[in-house]
This record gives sequence, structure tokens and C-alpha cells, in this order.
Amino acid sequence: MMILEKRQQPSPIWSLATPVLAVILTMICGGLLFATLGKNPFETIRTIFLDPLFSEFAWYYRPQLLIKGAPLVLIAIGLSFGFRAGIWNIGAEGQYIVGAICGAAVGLAFYPANSALIFPLMVMAGALGGLLWAMIPGILRVKFGTNEILVSLMLVYVAEQLLASMALGALRNPEGMGFPGSRNLSQYPSAANLELIAGSGMHWGVVAAFVAVIFAYITLSRHVFGFQVRLSGQSPRAARFAGVNPGLLVLICMGISGALAGLAGLFEVAGPAGQISIDFNVGYGFTAIIVAFLGRLHPVGILLAGGLMALTYIGGEIAQSNLGLPGAAIQLLQGMLLFFLLAVDVLTHYRVRFGKVGVA
Amino acid sequence: MTMKSVLAGATLALGLSTGAFAQDTTKVGFIYVGPVGDGGWSYEHNQGRLALEEHFGDAVETVFVESVPEGADAERVLTQMALQGADLIFTTSFGYMDPTLNVAAKFPDVKFEHATGFKRADNLSTYSARFYEGRAVQGHIAGQMTESNIVGYIGSFPIPEVIRGINSAYIHAKAVNPDVEFKVVWAYTWFDPAKEAEAATVLIEQGADVILQHTDSTAPQAAAQAAGNVITFGQASDMAAFAPLPRVSSIIDNWSPYYIARTQAVIDGTWTSTDTWDGIGPGMVKIGEISDAVPADVKASAEALRDAIASGEYHPFTGPLNKQDGSVWLADGETADDGTLAGMNFYVEGLSGVIPQ
Repeated sequence: MMILEKRQQPSPIWSLATPVLAVILTMICGGLLFATLGKNPFETIRTIFLDPLFSEFAWYYRPQLLIKGAPLVLIAIGLSFGFRAGIWNIGAEGQYIVGAICGAAVGLAFYPANSALIFPLMVMAGALGGLLWAMIPGILRVKFGTNEILVSLMLVYVAEQLLASMALGALRNPEGMGFPGSRNLSQYPSAANLELIAGSGMHWGVVAAFVAVIFAYITLSRHVFGFQVRLSGQSPRAARFAGVNPGLLVLICMGISGALAGLAGLFEVAGPAGQISIDFNVGYGFTAIIVAFLGRLHPVGILLAGGLMALTYIGGEIAQSNLGLPGAAIQLLQGMLLFFLLAVDVLTHYRVRFGKVGVA
Repeated sequence: MTMKSVLAGATLALGLSTGAFAQDTTKVGFIYVGPVGDGGWSYEHNQGRLALEEHFGDAVETVFVESVPEGADAERVLTQMALQGADLIFTTSFGYMDPTLNVAAKFPDVKFEHATGFKRADNLSTYSARFYEGRAVQGHIAGQMTESNIVGYIGSFPIPEVIRGINSAYIHAKAVNPDVEFKVVWAYTWFDPAKEAEAATVLIEQGADVILQHTDSTAPQAAAQAAGNVITFGQASDMAAFAPLPRVSSIIDNWSPYYIARTQAVIDGTWTSTDTWDGIGPGMVKIGEISDAVPADVKASAEALRDAIASGEYHPFTGPLNKQDGSVWLADGETADDGTLAGMNFYVEGLSGVIPQ
């Protein structure tokens, strides 16, 4: 008989080992899935996880990993603060959209002027837009005790409608022959978020993601705010006795995650995506939730998890194109990753014992 | 011999063998905005790809990636295909326009074909189908079949292609039924079964007994079937599973002949950058079989309309036609030019509602 016994403290060894275990289990079950689809499982797993890094065209894929991973890491870092403190911002996708709209609007307002000040202004507008959008669920929770999970999630759909309206109306390219979508910011030098070194994939968003990782690491491990965040998550009552203002903490955590999501949106719209279009958002805000948990809400973990997620996207595309794997199989693989992570998480909090029940 | 040189030798051999392979076969890539199982738009493009494989056999190798978001991801997938040796790449959604243009500039030796766009380059062609010709036949049937005189229309995005379809369907419904009224719902998606079903249900609740859709899934068909007494038309694909009711006919995108011709041109070395816009006549647009649920006389006149459009005898946008605000668009007997149609951003007179701005 197998029984689960709750650990008094989460096991530090298992909390490091479970993400790795989850990846291995995903590879095994993914391999079985691919085998039933009639593909060589080893070749497929190799294509997804190794080809982007080591194949003939890795010189192209490696920089793409940075481009794909940066928004995930940036958003996930922001979310990790709130998630640690028990504040659940599920609407990063909406904050990402609003950040992109605000940042792009500032850039487009100056078109076609040339100035080195335009891009920094756009960055500020992007962060501010995301922050303000996140303040809505934040303030509603603090003032009226609403559930921030629901409000932030619903605001994603509002943001999507706003995006459509902007792409068709206020921000539409006047030279676009009636088609929706803004001017291409990446073709407007003062507003473009281009690669800092050609072919490296490093744009300002990637830089910001790395800075955010370092900043979060220091804050969480060395600063009193990080202590308050962790304490609030583990024991809200104790946190209150320790002088933490819970309302303020909600606003700060929502603000950080909103601002970082907004920044991610701005860097994306000014760089890789180039323009505000009706379906500009592709789910980074939701995938970042997986990344945050896969990285155990730890900054370095999130960095690695963001890289891994980017790897499955890019490797997944290679597998589709080269091996004829269906797109849904890749999504299944990504879903499995979160599933196994949550499933093996039980080992962190519980000890598995073999023996008779009730013997004590 | 070190491990490294063994590996280097193996890589070289592999490189040579793939090089030789590439000379024999032409590699054609496709990227789709939806899953190939959408039953509509992406499904039909994929049928075109399969037709290519069947037609050329071993001479052509095809690859595809489905559900590619329009934007940075599309650019990466296209670059990847070009790097992997594709000779010709079809990008099958409007939103792939700028990504295709960017990648085409980086790979001058690879030919690109972008569906429904307007930006071209020396190695980038555009192609589209005159779906509005099919919409005319659809409107003709819808106008006569409706009893509530309310026709529901699920629009995807308010872009010229979709607006053309609404105008064309309305003009021809109105011609046979002066009391007909169109209600348009914008779904802001090409493929989202849940949203499409919701849009169809809303329209049916508002009294529509005919649902026209410019979205790609069969969800509106299923919603109409559930509601009963509502007819629909297959979109992009025949959607024959819903015939004879609710689906009474369909507009089918038939890309196979175009894909085969363009691939042949690449093989022959005669490929040049062009802009193709074909309709019922050349067979790029097909009208799916009109089911028995439609009275014989309506069916006959619909088929006559189809044939008149195919032969070029009749243009679906023939004056007198006014714009929604009452201003004159086309004088009596005048037909619309392709330029106006390509950028169409206005409703014709009689349609209510505004195009979202």
C-alpha cells in the first residue's frame, strides 16, 4: 500500500528535481504519442529539443530562441511576484496588449519625426499602459474585495476588442489601402526595436528580460519587499503582524506584473511583430503562467523555463515542417509539460511511504 | 581519426546526399493560419497541397506548418522553410503579407506566393479568388429562401475581401427579394468554433433564418442544424456533411489548378511574379451542389447566374448601384473596376449598420 505523507517543509531537493523530472516524463510520453502517430519518437524528440540548438541551421534558431523566449520570461518574472504572494494575475495577456497599444500609439503619434527620444518614450508608455490595465483588477480587489483572477482574465477579452478597434480605427495605417493594421514600426527607425547586433536576436526586449531576471533575483532574496512577498504567500496572518500592508502589496504586485507585461508587448510590437494588427497577441501572457510555474517562481528557474518553452515552439515548428507532425501534437506536448509538473509537484510537498495504513 | 573528423565527414556526406536529393525534387512549402482540419479555408489549401503531391508524385516534395500566428512567428517559419531548401512557398493568409515580404527579400532564389495580399516583389507573387462571384449566387438563393426576410452574416474581419462578399450577397438577395434585410456580426476571427457558434446563435435569435458565414469552421452549420428551419452555405469548403439541410449550397475554394500550374512553372524555370485574381470562370471558385431543399426554379436561376458570371457575360457589381450614404457608385450598366473592389471599404445602399472603424 502506498501512502502520501505531508512533509512539514517542502523538500528542497524535490523542488529542484521535479521540473527536470517533468521534462523527462514529457519526453517519454511525448515520444509514445509520436510513435502512435507513426513518427520515429527519438528523431522527433531530437528535432524538437535539440535541433534548434545544434542542427545545421542553429545559427538562425538560437537567436530566435531569444526572440521567442524574451516576452515569456519578462511576463513570467512579473507574475512570479504576485504568485508568490498569493495574488493571481491571470490577465497578463491583456496587459501585454494594452502596453503594445499605448507604446505603439506614442510611436505613431510622432511619425515620421526622427528623434532618439521617441523609443524611450514608447517604452515608458508601454510599461504605463500595462500597469494601468493591471491596476483595474488590483484596485477592485483592494477596494471591493473582487476576485482578481476573474477580473484580470475578463479584461483580456476587453483588451482584445480594444486591439481590434485600434487596428481598424485610430491606429490604422492611412496608406494601408483600407486594410486593418497600423504602420510597420520596425520600418520606422526612431520607433523600431531592432536587433542590437545583427543576427544575434538581441533586441531591447531581450535585454529587458535579462535585467528583470537580475532585478527580481536581488529583490526576492535580498530586499525587504521580497521578504514581504514570500511571507504573504506562506502566511498572510504572520505577514500582517510583520507590518505588511496587504492592499499595498496587491497593488505593487499587480503593478509590477502589469508593467512588465506591457513592456513585453511594446518590445514585441516595435520589433518582431512590427505592427498593431487585429490578432497581434499570440498567447504569450497565458504561456507565461506556465513558464512562471515551470520555473518554480524563481527568477533563474523562469529564465530556464522560458528558454525551454521557446525551444518547444521553435523545435515544434521544425518538426511540423520536416517530419510532418501535426500542430496539435506540439500543443499536446506543451500541455503535458505543465500537467507533469503539477503532477510530480506532489513529491515536493508529500513523502511517499510504502506500508500499511494506520500504523503509527 | 578523431571523433570530430568522423562527425565532420558524416555531416559532409549528409550534406552532399541532401544536395543531390534537392536537384531531383522541387520542394514546396505551405503555411496555414488554421489547423488543416478546420474544414474550411486551411483545409482547402491543404487539399491543394495534396493535389500537388498526387499530380507530381516523387518530383515534388511538400511541407507544411499549420496554425501559424500572423506576425513574428510566420516570419520564423518561412525562414526555416527557406533554409531547409524550399523552392516555392505559399503563404495562405492575409496577415502573412509583411512577414512574406521580409523573408522574400532575404531569399531571392526562393519563390513566394502570398494569398489575398497586395504587396509583390520579383520573387513574390500574389493570388486570390473572386469569392464575391460565389457570394452573388449565395445571395440569389438566400433572398428567395428566407421567410423572415432576415439574413444573418458572420463577418470575420472588416477588410475589403469580406465587405465585398457582404455587398455582393446583399445586392443579389435584394434583387430577388426587395424586403430582405442583412444583419452582420463581426467575429474578429477566421477560425474559432466557439465564437462562430455564438455569432450564429445570436443571429438566429434575432430572427435570421439564413446564415452566411465568412469564417472557416462548421460551427455555424451545427448551430443552424440545432436551431432547425435555418439554412446555411458551406464556406471555403463544401461542408457537405451538413447537406441537404441546413447547408443548401457552398462556395468552394479550388486552389489545386493554381498550385499545380505555379509549381510546374518553377520546375520549368518560367515562374515570374504575377498577380492572379480568378473566379468561377477559371475554376478557382466553385459553387457546391445546390441541395434538394432549394426549389427547382430557384436552383435553375441560381445555376444560370453562376454560368453567366463564369462566361463573363454578367459582372456581380453592375450599376446602377449607390453607396450606403446614397451617393452614386456605378451608373447604369457600368461595372466595378478591380482597383475599387480590391480596396472596397463601404457598404452599398440598403445595408444597415456601419463597418467597424
